[in-house]
Order: sequence, then C-alpha cells, then structure tokens
Amino acid sequence: MMRAYTVAAVCGLLFGLGLTVSQMIDPNKVLGFLDIAGDWDPSLILVMAGAIPLAAVGYWAGGRVAPARSAIDKRLVIGAGLFGIGWGLVGFCPGPALAALSFGDPKTLLFVAAMLAGMAGYEVWNRR
Amino acid sequence: MSHFTPVSALLGGGLIGLSAALLWVGCCRIAGISGILAGTLAPDRAWRLMFLAGLVAAPVVYRIAFAPLSRPAIATAWPLVILGGLLVGFGTRLGGGCTSGHGVCGMARLSPRSIVATAVFMTAAAGTVFVVRHMGAG
Repeated sequence: MMRAYTVAAVCGLLFGLGLTVSQMIDPNKVLGFLDIAGDWDPSLILVMAGAIPLAAVGYWAGGRVAPARSAIDKRLVIGAGLFGIGWGLVGFCPGPALAALSFGDPKTLLFVAAMLAGMAGYEVWNRR
Repeated sequence: MSHFTPVSALLGGGLIGLSAALLWVGCCRIAGISGILAGTLAPDRAWRLMFLAGLVAAPVVYRIAFAPLSRPAIATAWPLVILGGLLVGFGTRLGGGCTSGHGVCGMARLSPRSIVATAVFMTAAAGTVFVVRHMGAG
C-alpha cells in the first residue's frame, strides 16, 4: 500500500514536471496552439508525441486493458465538446490548472473552484 | 511559429508519458487528471490525493531544483474564467476524461472513445479560440 502511494506521488510529480518543462502550465502557450488562424505554436502536438509512445509502452508492459466503456455516445461527444469550449476560453485543462495553483494567481484559483463546481454539478445532474 | 519550442515540448511530453506508464505498471491506474480529481470524493481516494499532491508540488520543485519560473499572465476576463472552469469541470465528467485521460492515455491505448473525444475537444477548443480572437467576440 505504501509503495502504491509513493508511486502515485512520484507519478504526479513527473506529470507536473512534464507540464512545467513543456510550458503547458501557461495558458498562453496552450492558446497559441489552439489559435490555428493566428501565430500558430505547434508545441502541444510534440508534447503529445512525446507522451503517447511512452504511455503506450507502459500499457503494453503492464498488460493492455480494454476501455471500461466502448460506446461512442452522445455523452462522450457533448462532454468533450463542452470541455473543449471551456479549454479554449481560458487555455486551462484540469492538469495544468492544478499545477499552476502554486503561482497563486487569483484567476487560477477561481478557475479551479469553478471546475470543481462543474464536477459537483455533474454529479448532481447525473443522479437525477 | 515564433514561439515554437520543440525540444522542451518533447521532453515535457516524455515526462508525462513516463508518469502515465509508471502509474499503470505500479498502480494499475490511468493518469487522467479530471478522473483522478473527481475520484477524490470516492472511498479509494488516498492514491489520488498523493498523485495530486505531486502534481501541485511539481512547479515548486522545479523552481527549487532547476530554474525560476515566471507567473503566466491569464488574459481571459473574470466571467469567462468562471464559465470556462464550469464547462471544463462538467464537460470532462460527462465525456469521461480530459486532455490526459483521453488525449494521452486513451490515445496510447488506441481507445476509439478517446480518439473521438480528443478530436471533438481539440476542434471545439480551436473553434472557440477562433471565435474569441478572430471574430471580435470576448
């Protein structure tokens, strides 16, 4: 159990260092990627290109699992669409928003609070 | 293309991939941040809190160990920051993942759900930025 907790903490640290090194904790960097019609910054593609193969090795080495749900349904598409709009408005997705908390920017705190409220709102809506 | 940073992007991505691989091999868990965050309300929360503690501490560790970091400026107006946060929170739960769970881990597992979700949120995000920056809104 202790070992699993240590692994989890190290993984969180590595993940956050990855976001820091790649500058993805800066919303302007992310918005620069999303702004295809502007002064486009393709860096985020290389973040994914660096991450996906190593993650794939992990899933292969640890035994590959089928996704829990396989259906491509309305919830998946609408949820991803809503997430994308929010991501595009601010330039924060959940990982970078949490990693940026230590900068102490009030807007980051507000974004994370609103994100938690959105998650809680989903739980309430989903239980109806 | 003036801001393109290929080396740090690949290196940072590699660290993220290593984190996802290690979390699977060591804990049999998927490194999806929205799921880990929402799951802190579930009974099996300790490993999630440990992961999130590492995530939040990472820039502090970086500053101490490597180099100073400047605080990024968030240009988005306050009301849109709130709206964006609400949409990211609700949308990632409804869609079952975010950039990490679908975009990195799901893509690495070649999950059709994740490939569709990634295409949808990338398109929606790029479309939103286009409207805000190039159509006079926001």
